[in-house]
Amino acid sequence: MLKDITLGQYFPGDTLIHRLDPRTKLIWLVGYITALFLAHNVWGYALMLGVLVLEAALGRIRPKTLLSGLKPLIFIVIFTAIINLFYGSGEALWEWWIFRITADGIRRAVFMALRIMLLICGSFLLTYTTSPLQLTDGLERLLEPLKKLRVPVSELAMMMSIALRFIPTLIEETDKIMSAQKARGASFDTGKLTERARALVPLLIPLFVSAFRRADELATAMECRCYHTGGQRTRMKQLVFARRDILTLLVLAGLLAAAIVLRGLGT
Amino acid sequence: MSVPILQLENVSYTYEEARRPALDGVSLRIQTGDFVAVLGHNGSGKSTLAKCLNAILRPTAGRVLVDGMDTADESRLLDIRRTVGMVFQNPDNQIVASVVEDDVAFAPENLGVEPKEIRVRVDEALRRVGMYDFRLHAPHLLSGGQKQRIAIAGVLAMRPRCIVLDEPTAMLDPVGRREVLDAVRELRRSSGMTVVLITHHMEECIHADRLIVMSEGRIAMDGSPRDVFSRVEALRALGLTAPETVSLLYSLRAEGWPLPLDALRVEDCAAAIAAYLRRPQGTITDLE
Repeated sequence: MLKDITLGQYFPGDTLIHRLDPRTKLIWLVGYITALFLAHNVWGYALMLGVLVLEAALGRIRPKTLLSGLKPLIFIVIFTAIINLFYGSGEALWEWWIFRITADGIRRAVFMALRIMLLICGSFLLTYTTSPLQLTDGLERLLEPLKKLRVPVSELAMMMSIALRFIPTLIEETDKIMSAQKARGASFDTGKLTERARALVPLLIPLFVSAFRRADELATAMECRCYHTGGQRTRMKQLVFARRDILTLLVLAGLLAAAIVLRGLGT
Repeated sequence: MSVPILQLENVSYTYEEARRPALDGVSLRIQTGDFVAVLGHNGSGKSTLAKCLNAILRPTAGRVLVDGMDTADESRLLDIRRTVGMVFQNPDNQIVASVVEDDVAFAPENLGVEPKEIRVRVDEALRRVGMYDFRLHAPHLLSGGQKQRIAIAGVLAMRPRCIVLDEPTAMLDPVGRREVLDAVRELRRSSGMTVVLITHHMEECIHADRLIVMSEGRIAMDGSPRDVFSRVEALRALGLTAPETVSLLYSLRAEGWPLPLDALRVEDCAAAIAAYLRRPQGTITDLE
């Protein structure tokens, strides 16, 4: 059950998307999300969906993988859609008590669900095609100017990459502890909500204890490999802005322009 | 005699709030190129000893010299750590990156090595542990033995002069154990690197040049594996058992067969027994 969570998982590969500079991909994601929030009508959303599909195809990420990433977040999508469903204006199609569903509401609900799903998938495409180390490297470079303001950018980047590295390890560990507790008669998916919440306590305590122990050992191992703050680190993989990166950023500019133009087309 | 790579002078270490010192006046010299195994029970102080060798712990009394550098000297910390590489028990908790080659690059990156040079070191380190083909894999999908070899490669990329392995096989299955030990032996064969192997498996010590047995924070025995393992009673007194080969020879001796006790490998043990069985007839009365 926990193995389904693909958050922060990286699928190594050698496609155009994989080879792009992580800075380009980060800027792309920010631009894509901006364009997504500019989308206002069918054409806008069609464009954004098309771009996402193209992106996934270029990165050789199977639709199944992308959709499985959505699974744990489906509740948020549905919840947002339902809230939006009742917020439409115009003539009511269906009315009961304080609930009013209008054509506008349905449109809003569909668009909002689509927007969140595209947002999630777009972000996942970044983590699927960029190794966490590259990603933090890119973030670190992009945020470099903040170092002048004494923001510990390198240390934050290191924390992030380690957090990402340990997600699969901790998930595996959670599974193991769950099996151990189940073998002793614990039940995690039956009973009332409060009972289920209480059943999580014997799961979380060992998990935290082990996470702290891991952190301690990892810190020692990192020190043994000469990790120290303040020094000048180098990188094996240098970030080089290639022609494909400049082209990608031009495409992004085009995408933003198109999003603005399509917004002007009305509903 | 050359300058020892590791030199401990009357080293003691007491953990905070501990009644008994974990290390109690240990003096030790390890020469460049030696393969030293350190054997002992849990709580014998062997892991504490390992942690003193590259300044993770600083002795509460006495001093540790790494290639002439005192581990108490903060300013030489990085030099000490790049001289003595350390591999730990749990491979999961020493891998920092999500791609094998990025992990191996971690140490040289910390040391500010030129990017091109890092690439060379990473490829070389991965080849030396036989993991080059896995350089683009995700570590969490590899087996325990493979992960531990990556951890060794991560240390080799610093180009250390000495490598300390603190129970590197304790969490591995027999296959993984063999992989890691073969990698260590290959390292010895190809470059004569100084290796300190901390373990509680007797069989892993057989190939060492020198075997140190720790007990209650002190060095209880120190000698070649043949010497140490032949002293079966002394080992038993420390709560340790000799390797199965030696135990077998020892039992046979108790039955009155005059066998040597220093045949550690199975082949040697078999040869010793076969030699006895093929002895010329009539000599049996000569036995003591």
